Order: sequence, then structure tokens, then C-alpha cells
Amino acid sequence: MGSQKRIAKELAELTESPPDGIIVELANESNLYEWKVFMDGPEDSPYHKGRFELKLTLPTEYPFKPPTVSFVTKIYHPNVTNDDKGSMCLGMLKADEWKPSSRLSAVLEFARSLLGEPMPDDAVEGRIAEQYREDRKRYEEIAREWTRKYAGGAASS
Amino acid sequence: MTSLSAPKERLNRRVEIHQVSTHTVPPFTTPPTTRKRKAALAASPTPTTATQSRSRSRAATATESSSASPDTKPVRKRQKKTKAQLPGSGAESDLDTPKSEKEVLELPVEERLKATDLVTPASTTMESDDDFMSIASSADDFLGTQGSDDESLGEDFGDDFDGGFSKDKDIFSNEQKPYEVDFKVLTPEDIEREQNLQVNEVSSILGLPPESSAILLRFGRWNREKLIESYMDHPDKTLEEAGLGTNFDTTPKTEVVPGFMCDICCEDGDDLQTYAMRCGHRFCVDCYRHYLEQKIREEGEAARIQCPGNDCHMIVDSKTLNLLVTDDLKDRYRTLLMRTYVDDKENLKWCPAPNCEYAVDCHVKQRELQRIVPTVQCGCKHCFCFGCTLNDHQPAPCKLVKMWLQKCEDDSETANWISANTKECPRCHSTIEKNGGCNHMTCRKCKHEFCWMCMGLWSEHGTSWYNCNRFEEKSGSEARSEQARSRASLERYLHYYNRYANHEQSAKLDKDLYLKTEKKMTSLQSSSGLSWIEVQFLDTASQALQQCRQTLKWTYAFAYYLARNNLTEIFEDNQKDLEMAVENLSEMFDNPVAELARLKVDILDKTAYCNKRRVILLSDTAENLKNGVWQFNVEW
Repeated sequence: MGSQKRIAKELAELTESPPDGIIVELANESNLYEWKVFMDGPEDSPYHKGRFELKLTLPTEYPFKPPTVSFVTKIYHPNVTNDDKGSMCLGMLKADEWKPSSRLSAVLEFARSLLGEPMPDDAVEGRIAEQYREDRKRYEEIAREWTRKYAGGAASS
Repeated sequence: MTSLSAPKERLNRRVEIHQVSTHTVPPFTTPPTTRKRKAALAASPTPTTATQSRSRSRAATATESSSASPDTKPVRKRQKKTKAQLPGSGAESDLDTPKSEKEVLELPVEERLKATDLVTPASTTMESDDDFMSIASSADDFLGTQGSDDESLGEDFGDDFDGGFSKDKDIFSNEQKPYEVDFKVLTPEDIEREQNLQVNEVSSILGLPPESSAILLRFGRWNREKLIESYMDHPDKTLEEAGLGTNFDTTPKTEVVPGFMCDICCEDGDDLQTYAMRCGHRFCVDCYRHYLEQKIREEGEAARIQCPGNDCHMIVDSKTLNLLVTDDLKDRYRTLLMRTYVDDKENLKWCPAPNCEYAVDCHVKQRELQRIVPTVQCGCKHCFCFGCTLNDHQPAPCKLVKMWLQKCEDDSETANWISANTKECPRCHSTIEKNGGCNHMTCRKCKHEFCWMCMGLWSEHGTSWYNCNRFEEKSGSEARSEQARSRASLERYLHYYNRYANHEQSAKLDKDLYLKTEKKMTSLQSSSGLSWIEVQFLDTASQALQQCRQTLKWTYAFAYYLARNNLTEIFEDNQKDLEMAVENLSEMFDNPVAELARLKVDILDKTAYCNKRRVILLSDTAENLKNGVWQFNVEW
């Protein structure tokens, strides 16, 4: 199956005309299935000025099976696990919702939009989600603090 | 003085409690005769078909069977007595009218048993039962064997045949027992046929192609009326929601499109075969096929496979599928569709037995489970509850079964042990077990000082140090009564649990014993001169045992939730009768194999009696459940 061709095409498209605030490259030139993604925090979010590294892994059955996305950089966010895996739970990446014609650019753009607008109802970190809902100010403070600490973002108040 | 929060010896103590409570049987408050009479009265008999003379002769039977059954041996004695009593049975029965009435009530059930079990060499006592004679005589060799091997004829069943019940039999034999439900076993072929029938019907009503109607039906979870209605009101909207386009003209086919590039694999060869459903999302055939294969084989999806196009919700129809995939995948697809069909329909359930392909069709609704325990038997012989698909759990209703299993699983015994054998610090409620020492307790946690005996403040004790003789203080008496309550509740639970578990265990042992016996049945055939078919009585007996123990097991879970009243006492009587019948039959299997042939008639009698008692118990329970007259000690 021509999955390599498809991946190469998507990679070329993403490097030639990258979406806003997203830079992709192969983690290792000889392996098309592991990508390194750098994502800038959206402007109107507490992650602003932070640059987050993500890992995008494509299964060998790609595009029939969905890719997985995880944060390498630690981030304080309701939809990213607060552990060394930094996994994300994206609806469109679930096996039964993934369509082979879905594009990686859409996945990455969606992931970035999630930084601006977390989805507390689909949270993987219940505690952060609760704080996001109940005490937005405190959540933003911590998120900003973490961004400064781990993602090299300048502390802005 | 000691305070412990998690003592190790709890486990050992727990075992002790088990043993103790095995012997704890709640005392009956009324003598048996009174109970029987109450039972009869409560049952409010309406003997509509049986005549007076019949009820009299029945009474004799009743007296016999109920009085003799508890013993283990006296079958023969009992039968002789029956013979002697027969002439005067009418007079005898007058002495005990309530029983006769009770028996008359049970009559339909026994009538059926008689017809099916064929246990009884009743020729000696039969009077004018032409109808039945024909059956009895067909079992001639049967009678012969019994005559020569053992003179003990099963008169107490023989009585069932006299009194000219033949006419009633026709009426009753088709009647359903109160605990039975109507159901139908469906083979995979039946299911497919049923599915197609409905698809074709809807297809002709709506004028849509069958494969589209099938998608519509699956979308509407096979609720035909609602679907047709919603289609008639808003055809386009319904089609859209179901994942169908509105354009039905095209026949699906693959084609080569010049300048096409597949969005999935990015191939763009000139001779690339491509396919698109009516939504127009076109992909190369290889990708389309790969996509379908993965959905069907790996994800087990069939009814709701969507177009591979991003954000397109059109459902892949069977024509598309048949065009694109290999034959073995088509089979798998059909199986999966069948699975969703059964899952979607409330009146269908798969048989839960391993490797069984059948489904059962039963119209008992979820909300009716309060009043009925719908046990069904699949074509593979597996008996299960249609309500919850657990193994047959009559007479206990599904909800109670769930509560019971949960209770047993929750390790609630441990919890109960703790509440029965430990006390809580009256102030900070830490769990404390006293393992010796004086009664002056000081909580290790909160330093509260109290008396272990009365649970009251130690300071209230004044000078009576080592001996607590105070009773009246409120602080102490409340703590004490709480302790007593949980102890009583534990004992009650263990009483039922032990019996429940015992029947489960015994059923296994019975089966093991039978399996051993079965091996020797061949030798029994040669030594006794019985044919294969004649030694099947052991098989029948073993199955009856299993079934009765299954029922008994659940009677204890049921009884645990019953509030105490007259009905409960009748229930317990029935339970006791069945239990004794079962134990008597179970005992027979302990005999050496060589003896079994000689005991055949006895075993047959006992088997029939077990079945009879089971039917009586289940009928009684089911009727009360249906009428909503049981009172429970829990909300459910």
C-alpha cells in the first residue's frame, strides 16, 4: 500500500506551506513514521510565547489507522496528561472516527486550537479541567508559569 | 487495653463465624400444621375443574407425599400405606381439608408431569384412565422390569393417575406454567430470513432499493412503524440522517477517471480503478477495499461503516460492499450485520453459551422484569434468563439476583465481620478490635477513654472499675444495640449465603458423581440386562438434580430479600420440601453401581417427585411475583 507516498506528500506540503505556528520535521531522516512538531502557543492563550515540542507517530497502516500525538514539552492543560507521556485524547484520532482521507495538517491545527480552547468535557486531567471551569484565573496562572518554566515562554502577566 | 485498626486474625475469625452460622436456623414460630393451613388459606383455592371426589383422592396423595417425603428411606412403607388408604381416602381427606384444597390447586402442574415423565407403573391403581393407559402400556417393558426388580411401585404418583383426570389432562397439558414464558429459538438462518423479510417489506412500502432500506432500518433500530412515519414526514431529512443520499439512480460500478489522484494513497496512475458512492467521494479501489477490510475484520463494524471521505457520513451499503470485497469478507459482513440486528432488537438476545450461534426471541420487556423471571432454553440446551442473560436464576428476579451477586462479590462478609466483631471509637469512629485486657479503652488515635462493655464514657464509671455493671446510660445502650443489629444481620446473611453456596457446590458434586457413574453405566447395561435406553434414567435423574439445585440455590438469594410474612412461610415450606426431595435423590447416587439397576424405580420416583416439588415452588413464587404480593425487605 502506498502509505509512504502519502506521508511524503503530506510532509512536503507541511514543510512548504506550514500552518500558523506549526513547524514539522522528521525526527530521523530515515524514518517517515516519526515526526517532530514544534507548536507555538496561540496568542490569546496562557501558552503564548511558549514553543512546545510534540511527537507525531504514524502507524504502519497509516492512513487507515490514525496517528498519535503527544506533548514532549510539559504542559498544564486539561486535555494533555500530566505525566512523562504527555498523551492527548483527540476525538478525531479515535479509531472509529478517523477517516483515511483525514489530513495530518488538520490534526495538528486541531491540536493547536485546543491550546486556545481546551475541552474540559473530554479532559484527561480532571483536576485541571475542574479548575479551568471553576477558577479560570488560577488555571491561567499555572499554565503561564509552566509555559515559562518548560516551554521557554516569557512570563507575562 | 488495646485498640487495633486492622487485626490479622480477622480472617480466622471469619471462618469460625461461617461454621457457627451453618447451624443457625431461624426457629419457626408456628407448628407445621398451622403453617400448612395458613398456606392453604392464603392460596385461596378455586377448584374449578376438579370434582369433589377428585379432590378427596388428591388429598390422600397430598397427605402421603408431604408427610413421607422428608424421610430418606420409607418410600416403600409410604407406598404400602397408600395402598391401604386408597379405599378410604375420601374419609381420610375430610380430616384435612386445607391440604386437599392446596393440592387441587397444584393439579394442573402435576397433570403435566404425569404425561411427560412416564415414571409410574400405575396400572395397579389406575381405574378408568383410558387416555393414560395407552401411554402406560407403551411402557410395558418398563413395568415388567419394575415388577421383577423391585416391588416398590411409585404409588404416590400412581395416585395422580386415578380419579379420572384424563379429561383434565387435555386441558392442562397445553397450559403454561406460571413461571414459563413464550419464546422462540432462532438459528442464524432464521435471523437472516427475518431481517430480509423486514427489509423487503420496508423497501416495497417506501419504494427504496433494499440495500438502502436496510440502512434506514438499522438507523431506526428496526422500529419499522416509527421509521416509516418519519420518512413519510421528512423523507430527505431522514435519508440524510441515516447516512443515505437522496439519489438512488446509479448502479454502483468501478471506473477509471482521467487525471484522478487518490486522496488516501496519493497514487495517480492512468489505469487506476476508482470507486465513489453517491456522495461522490472517489478513492482508488485498493484503498476503498483496504478500508472496508479493516473496518470489518479488525473493528468488527458493519452497519455503520461510513464513506472514507473526511467528514462524510454516508453509510456504505451492501451493494457497494459486494462490489468491492472478497467473498469471505462478505460472510463476515453478513454475520456482523446479523449481530447488530439482534443487538438492536429488544425482543432478541444471543444465547450466552460459548460457541452457540442461536438467538432467542422473547417478548418480555425490561420493565416487566419486576413481575416475571423470563427463563428461556436455547436450542443448545443452555437455560438462561432472557432479562439479564445470566444462567437460569428462577425464582429470584433479575434485580435481586444482581443485588445478591453484588453483595457476595463485594466481600461484604468481611465488612460484616468487621461490623460484628469490632467496635468503633465513640468519638473518632476508628475501628477497634479488643484482643484482651481490661475494659478501660483508650483510643490510640484520639485518646478518647471509654468502656468496652457499655461503650459509655469511662469517666461516668466512677469507681466500678473492672466490672461494668451499668446498663441504663444512653451513651452505652445506643452503641450496644448497633452492635447487636449488625451481628444479627451478619448471621442472617450467612445463613442464606451458606445454603446458596452449598447448593452450588452440591450441584457440582452431583455432576461429578454422575459422570463417574455414567462410565459405569455400560457395565450396568451388561450386568443387569438393561438396554441403553433403560439406563438413561440416571441421566434424567442427574439432570433433575442439577436443575433443582440451581433453583434451590436461588431460592436462598430470593429468601434473603423477603420480608417475613405468611407467604414467606409457605415459600419456606416449599423450599424445604424441594430440598428434602433433592437430598433424597442425591443420596441414591451414593449407592454402588451394581445396586442402581435394582433401585431404578425408586430413583425414577424420586426424580419425578423432585421435579414436581420444583414446579410447585416455582409456580407459587412466579404467581405471587406476577400479582405483586411478595413483600421485600429492600427497595428494588
